[in-house]
Amino acid sequence: MFEPVIGIEVHAQLKTESKLFCSCSARFGASPNSNTCPVCLGLPGTLPVLNKKAFEYGIRTALAFNCKVAEISGFDRKNYFYPDLPKNYQITQQASPVGVNGYLDVVIDDETRRIRIKRVHLEEDAGKSIHEGGDITGAVFSLEDYNRAGVPLLEIVSEPDIRSPKEAYEYLSMLRRTLLYLGVSDCKMEEGSLRCDVNISVRPKGSDSFGTLVELKNLNSFRAVERSLEYEVKRQSELASENKEIIRETRHWDEEGQTTVGMRRKGLAEDYRFFPDPDLPRLIIGESWIEKVRSDLPELPGERKARFIRDYELPEYDASLLTDTQQLADYFEEAAKEYGHAKTVSNWIMGELLRLMNVTGIGIESVKIRPCDLVAMLKMIDKGTISGKIAKTVFEEMFTQGKSPGDIVKEKGLVQIADEDELTKIVDLVIQDNQKVVEQVKAGKDRAIGFLVGQVMKETKGRANPQMVNELLRQRLAGEN
Amino acid sequence: MRLSKEDIKRISDLARIELNEEDESLFAEQMSGILRIVNKLDKVDTSGMDQMVTPTGFTNVLREDIALPSLDPKEALFNAADREGAFFKVPRIIEVD
Repeated sequence: MFEPVIGIEVHAQLKTESKLFCSCSARFGASPNSNTCPVCLGLPGTLPVLNKKAFEYGIRTALAFNCKVAEISGFDRKNYFYPDLPKNYQITQQASPVGVNGYLDVVIDDETRRIRIKRVHLEEDAGKSIHEGGDITGAVFSLEDYNRAGVPLLEIVSEPDIRSPKEAYEYLSMLRRTLLYLGVSDCKMEEGSLRCDVNISVRPKGSDSFGTLVELKNLNSFRAVERSLEYEVKRQSELASENKEIIRETRHWDEEGQTTVGMRRKGLAEDYRFFPDPDLPRLIIGESWIEKVRSDLPELPGERKARFIRDYELPEYDASLLTDTQQLADYFEEAAKEYGHAKTVSNWIMGELLRLMNVTGIGIESVKIRPCDLVAMLKMIDKGTISGKIAKTVFEEMFTQGKSPGDIVKEKGLVQIADEDELTKIVDLVIQDNQKVVEQVKAGKDRAIGFLVGQVMKETKGRANPQMVNELLRQRLAGEN
Repeated sequence: MRLSKEDIKRISDLARIELNEEDESLFAEQMSGILRIVNKLDKVDTSGMDQMVTPTGFTNVLREDIALPSLDPKEALFNAADREGAFFKVPRIIEVD
């Protein structure tokens, strides 16, 4: 038996206005080369100046991942030639990353797994290459857009603590959720603001040695990470069990074929010749700066989930789902505080609200139902103004129209019929039309009464108070005897 | 320390500079000379001294996160050897073994 040993490197673009070392806009989607200047184009004689917010985002993230924040941090040059890198070096933090030795707790099947985080550091992004004539191998020319060159990136490197493809998926989900809670990145994989590289080896289960490392690239979703790892675990375990050599290489995930494909290996080991960037003075991060950033940390997803379980007595499942995003958690809390019975609020959010959001593709930030509207509707159910069944219709109307539940109930005439005379008339009609069933009920087949209740509900389009209908039916049938 | 022709070949590969054999011998000689001079620094006693990254002594030089206008793409591309539309156009990328 073999077990996988997995480590993950994540690059997250920071949500700043300007680039890491110059004042060009860091926004995505501008026309080619319109967000460039002498600094990010690497023209001679220019001087980079560090973006304060980006650096503080680095400290913020390091703290959230329980890292030790460096007392002295600085930037180094990583030298290599590639056309998307105008200066021929990338400014990064090799020797003194902003944070080291942290961890992230991930819950998998009710079990908490602590994944250690080796380092968190800042670096600048490269430009974007478009390869003319198809892929990189067939291209004759490449076109370069340097809008992205110099955009701040945070690199978060895990220790090789991940032991399964599923764990990798959960680690990434929790990491992404944490970055979103921190507000430091958009984490949009489709826009490239979150990217991950994975390395994996296998070893005999229980061993503490390390096998030959394979790096996986072209992972465009967390699912792709999970699937490619599943494939690699199988491939490497098979090779290992047959005592065949596993080659140290980079493999490309082929989404269509759901396989990994070996890429050409480089003949020489990389030699980046790192050295401290003399253009950038070092940073002395004192205790007071760290405390200032720490005091500004939001409640993180793990903490919030634990609090929801504790304070609102929610099941773990509910708490996980509701804390998936800050906005959803805020929505729940606002409604739960006002209404009181948290589990009912949770049921409506997890059931109807998430279902409608899924169907329509609307995010929680654009949902028209305000938490207080949901509470108002729940109170109408409690008072018997509407039935629980009708409430679903009302809720859908609230979702599409954004009106208050009171207005919808009035406009659509959805008020529950709890008037005895009115209901009796309908009950009598149903009895008359369903003599066969009535006979069955009288013959002792008590369950058949459910059918009659259903008929009354149908007649009233769900507006009848089902409990009253039940009672009335029993009274009338007993009376006929 | 003396640099061999292999060292020079490696350095020129890293710098993407093509040298012929004659150049390699010449630069091996010249760069070894440069290193001999610089190596004198090794004799200086630096124990107990901090690493100096910049000569200025400045620390914590930061700017506020404010976006300012960039260059006009026409200006950005002014010195480009080749271009297509608003893109810099470069020869295809070849991995060097």
